[in-house]
Amino acid sequence: MDFLKRLFGSGNEGSRGKAKDRLKIVLIHDRTDISPQLLDSLRSEIIGVLTKYMDIDTQKIEIDLDHDEHEVALVANVPVLRIKRGKVDVDKE
Amino acid sequence: MARVIVTTSGKGGVGKTTSTANIAAALARFGKKVVAVDADVGLRNLDVIMGLENRVVYNFIDVIEKVCKLNQALVKDKRVPGLYLLPAAQTRTKDAVTPEQMIALCEELKPEFDFILLDCPAGIEGGFKNAAAGADEALVVTTPEIPSVRDADRIIGMLESMGKSPIRLIINRLRPNMVQDGDMLAKDDILDVLSIDLIGVVPEDENVIRSTNNGEPMTMSLDSPAAQAYLNIAERLLGRDVPLMDLESYATRGFLSRLKKFFKGKKK
Ligand SMILES: Nc1ncnc2c1ncn2[C@@H]1O[C@H](COP(=O)(O)OP(=O)(O)OP(=O)(O)O)[C@@H](O)[C@H]1O
Ligand SMILES: [Mg+2]
Repeated sequence: MDFLKRLFGSGNEGSRGKAKDRLKIVLIHDRTDISPQLLDSLRSEIIGVLTKYMDIDTQKIEIDLDHDEHEVALVANVPVLRIKRGKVDVDKE
Repeated sequence: MARVIVTTSGKGGVGKTTSTANIAAALARFGKKVVAVDADVGLRNLDVIMGLENRVVYNFIDVIEKVCKLNQALVKDKRVPGLYLLPAAQTRTKDAVTPEQMIALCEELKPEFDFILLDCPAGIEGGFKNAAAGADEALVVTTPEIPSVRDADRIIGMLESMGKSPIRLIINRLRPNMVQDGDMLAKDDILDVLSIDLIGVVPEDENVIRSTNNGEPMTMSLDSPAAQAYLNIAERLLGRDVPLMDLESYATRGFLSRLKKFFKGKKK
């Protein structure tokens, strides 16, 4: 079987599959490279939205992009002090 | 009014100039009036690839700086009606031209032509941005290798944010044999990760070197797989629905070479 595969070329046992996997991972990382300025403005906007609904401890907020081998996640850790009760006036700016 | 199309890549040496010259000549063969603009200031090459280097007198920076008229700088290709070259300055740097000047130059060319093809420098810095400023559409050239595809991804992002549309991909120097042997990224592998429209696949072809030596774009004489691929790309630019070439059939040689490799391997 193996020799047939080698003779006809099964398409995946060479370096092609490896190239594709490496390319995918490299692009995931390239595409999610975020500048510190962008992360800062993201952070302040998220705080802005959250404080409409709850009191949060803005000193202890952690927001970051978490890279692992196959995916990138936006991880936010926001200590909540108190949820605001009642209807939130979303339109009030 | 001409369509203005920039040829880009990110990574250098992947075939932008070769593609620009061959697509320009092919479009002219289809009866269009085409100007190929060498926007790679300081590293001018389009003139030699098109075989027009002896006829260059002025360049487009001379036009911008009003040293000469546009018509004086345009080099008419005598082999194919409707084909022109606008050369780059060789002794200037990329910052000799601003994006605004590039846009103005394209505007001046537009009424005279059907197609304006801009051969862009490699990289993602000023040179690329200046060169691409006047373009509406973009062609991104990549080879089937990780660094080249990766840089293409960066360039595609930048072209999108510059508002170019459509942005289409040319896969150059594909070796069907190696793909079949599982040793090269295939067309679909690249399209999977880039998610961009493909406009053509150009095989690795020694006629590219021959035609550069002779100073005659392959699409002028047609007798090679790469020439056919570039003609197809030109047709697709004209909106015709041309099926992709059957590159696999070029790989039949690959079966024999595998057979050889297999028996060689056995002997050891
Ligand atoms: N399909 C092909 N088959 C074989 N050789 C090729 C092919 N396409 C390009 N080449 C070769 O690759 C080299 C680079 O090509 P070219 O100058 O067109 O690239 P480029 O992207 O314009 O480079 P630069 O970034 O320096 O401007 C040349 O030597 C050319 O002959
Ligand atoms: Mg070039």
